[in-house]
Amino acid sequence: MKLIFEKGSEGRKLSILGTCDVPVSLPEEQFLRKEAADLPQVSETEISRHYSALERRAHGVNNGFYPLGSCTMKYNPAIDEEMAALPGFTRIHPLQDEESTQGALEVLELMEKKLSAITGLDQFTFQPAAGAHGEFTGLLVIKSYHRDRRDNARTKIIVPDSAHGTNPASAAMCGYEVVNIPSAPDGCVDLDALRAAVGPDTAGLMLTNPNTVGIFDKNIEEITRIIHEAGGLCYYDGANLNAIMGIARPGDMGFDVMHINLHKTFATPHGGGGPGSGPVGVRKELGCFLPGVRPVRGEDGKLHLQAPEKSMGSMRSFIGNFLVVVKALTYVTMLGREGVLEASRNAVLNANYMRKQLEDIFPAAYPVTCMHEFVISLDELHKETGVSALDAAKALLDYGIHPPTMYFPLIVHEALMIEPTETETKETMDEAIQALREIYQKAHENPEALHQAPLKAAISRPDEVQAARKPRLTYGMDA
Amino acid sequence: MGTFVPGTPKEQQELLHAAGYRDFDDLFSVIPESVYLKSPLPLEEGKSELETEETISRIAEKNKVYRAIFRGAGAYDHYIPAIVKRVTTKETFLTAYTPYQAEISQGVLQSIFEYQTMICALTGMDVSNASVYDGATATAEAAELCVERKKTRVLISASVAPEVRKVVKTYAFGRDTDLQEIPVKDGKTDLEALKAMVGDETACVIIQQPNYYGLLENADEIGEIAHGVKAKFIMNCNPISLGVLKTPAECGADLAVGEGQPLGMPLGFGGPYLGYMASTKALMRKLPGRIVGETVDTEGRRAYVLTLQAREQHIKRERASSNICSNEALCALTAAVYLAAMGPDGLKEAATQCYSKAHYLQQGLEAAGLKKAYDGPFFHEFVTVSENSAQLLKKLEEAGILGGLLLDETHILWCATEKNTKDQMDEVICLAKELQKGGEKA
Repeated sequence: MKLIFEKGSEGRKLSILGTCDVPVSLPEEQFLRKEAADLPQVSETEISRHYSALERRAHGVNNGFYPLGSCTMKYNPAIDEEMAALPGFTRIHPLQDEESTQGALEVLELMEKKLSAITGLDQFTFQPAAGAHGEFTGLLVIKSYHRDRRDNARTKIIVPDSAHGTNPASAAMCGYEVVNIPSAPDGCVDLDALRAAVGPDTAGLMLTNPNTVGIFDKNIEEITRIIHEAGGLCYYDGANLNAIMGIARPGDMGFDVMHINLHKTFATPHGGGGPGSGPVGVRKELGCFLPGVRPVRGEDGKLHLQAPEKSMGSMRSFIGNFLVVVKALTYVTMLGREGVLEASRNAVLNANYMRKQLEDIFPAAYPVTCMHEFVISLDELHKETGVSALDAAKALLDYGIHPPTMYFPLIVHEALMIEPTETETKETMDEAIQALREIYQKAHENPEALHQAPLKAAISRPDEVQAARKPRLTYGMDA
Repeated sequence: MGTFVPGTPKEQQELLHAAGYRDFDDLFSVIPESVYLKSPLPLEEGKSELETEETISRIAEKNKVYRAIFRGAGAYDHYIPAIVKRVTTKETFLTAYTPYQAEISQGVLQSIFEYQTMICALTGMDVSNASVYDGATATAEAAELCVERKKTRVLISASVAPEVRKVVKTYAFGRDTDLQEIPVKDGKTDLEALKAMVGDETACVIIQQPNYYGLLENADEIGEIAHGVKAKFIMNCNPISLGVLKTPAECGADLAVGEGQPLGMPLGFGGPYLGYMASTKALMRKLPGRIVGETVDTEGRRAYVLTLQAREQHIKRERASSNICSNEALCALTAAVYLAAMGPDGLKEAATQCYSKAHYLQQGLEAAGLKKAYDGPFFHEFVTVSENSAQLLKKLEEAGILGGLLLDETHILWCATEKNTKDQMDEVICLAKELQKGGEKA
């Protein structure tokens, strides 16, 4: 389809602004741009149709099943959007006086209390704008803690080989050396490898639990004990929090710092890749290092913003992705204590239902009870038929299903990571199971056809090699 | 209790049995006993949608919405065309995730490609990424990518907004980057001081245009000083101002970054906002975050994909250029629709009105006794000096107007945009005059 730059015509425009009601003036010539920005010149009708056409060429949770492992693509409630669009939230300036933003500060106070109840950690910052940003923030808490104690020899962060790529990348942004430790055959942390890796240079550990193969690490308390005894701190990657709300708490497991992806567990929409929100929670003793300002209720009963005593500084301007927090608060207010438990229970139930139903053709890489997601390996199918995880994923597109996460975690060959979430019906899951069965059958009957998939999408498979070799990143750029 | 779980208790039971479990306790028996919660979470009971709507609306009502806003300082009150809201609330754009599956994500990918193109049109730069979190983190990421083995020191002007400087400083704490502030003279970057500070070790020089005080920096000259020592030149620019102001590319910038919020995003108490980030082609492979590129599919049709991924965390892990994964895609879409709706003329008009109105307000306030703190050209923000600054803001507040930002006892940082009418400004000026007269009588 045409790009917006290929539509419209010279001089075509909308009627947005009126005539200036004060004398018009401009800066001196030397400060002015030579030519007007080469932006589209289109009518409102054209904009409306252009973006409607783009919308039809995209896939959201509203269009169909989206079992993209580790991303928690659950349904995004309509009421959350309505609440975040209230003028009382959208039309307030981040630098308004506290007196005039008591409601906004109450949103943060309430959300902190709720997150604290769910995780067992005490204080939160809402500045981080996404999960990876939360990791960076949390690791800077750890760095601040060691620096504050003048314990400057702690230069290493331990990360299991099953971790999300953001974990080692975040550690590197904090100047830490990354120590990768292998997983044990059961997919959990190899305790001997962990014991061998810790020492006086250990700043901390980053762990996703349930881990990226969907297993709750049975040794979780032993793991945090080993790190603490070595003088390090434990960071909990909350990407998979949707599995354990009301069931277990990172604070109780011995973790000191964690981030939460509000855009996963708390149902705020992913927006095509953000905005998210990645609040970071810490134990009380570490609260003094948090970035930005936090609302604290004073003796006057009002909320006041305070910078923590030894704050690391600021991770983002102002308070963070506030309107995303409003959506998450709306969601958790509606669910309440029974609702969050029900959500996690059913997230785990749905994953195990699908795991079990697929067992005979696509056994899970770790054939045990999983949490909210599980990983299947198509290694055998690939060897037998030449049909890869990529082929199977592309074939799913023709069923109107967004494929699971592909080729992750790296420790499983030909991996597909499936996370149904709790908001899907049995019928939807059965359809996906049926689709995977058909793909399995086709792989044996006519593998060639699967290499061509998808057939019904807006495009067939794109040439990614050409895209990277001859980058054409804007309309008009010479590749 | 509210719930979005579709399964009835009976259906849940059926699923449990089909999966081979007696009940939920059985399902969760893999959780170590010692951490398995035995009592309910200390949360309130859930609510219906109607009750929730009432609860949250009541909280929103505790915030004061002003009928006119003259405060900027990093977040700006611009008019948002209605079409922007209609497009960006489309459910598919809202609920999709990062376009990993190109074949069913062409809509999202093309919208990002168009956004990248518009950011380049605005800034004059060669390439843009798909967005980062906000203007402050964009600046911090830009600074970090300039640091090399022998280029280790980042210089940032003290006339860059404090909200931005704080973030750059915190990111620098992460990698232990050597960061120094260039002093300010008469509200602008002190060029003589800068000349004395730069050296072979300088990785980059960062300025804001217009700067925190609204003043126009001598960007070209600063760029020349930076390039004189082979340092990169980073400009943090207000995107609306680029409707008329010289582009970062024309000023010689290697990286153009900034806060995209003015391009169609509400104030929203600070977010979600949009960090835009563009560079010369030479720095293309060092940019952090997602980048969309054009290619063809197996049948030769034009197609879009996430590209140059060898920079990114999921491939490079600890050697990635940044850890960024989720960015601000929906805000980038917002900016793109805003720029399409405004067009070249509309954006120029918005920028011209911002400039004209800020100057009208400044002259009026000067007549009311609020002197200009700094000489020199400014865009849509300016600083005044007056004895009764706090009282004036209080008076405006009582009239439902959010005045400028009080910088200290006597200084106020004002902002005017196309949204502020002459009547509103006359009202502010009138109140300032009344206060001045009252002061004279007393």
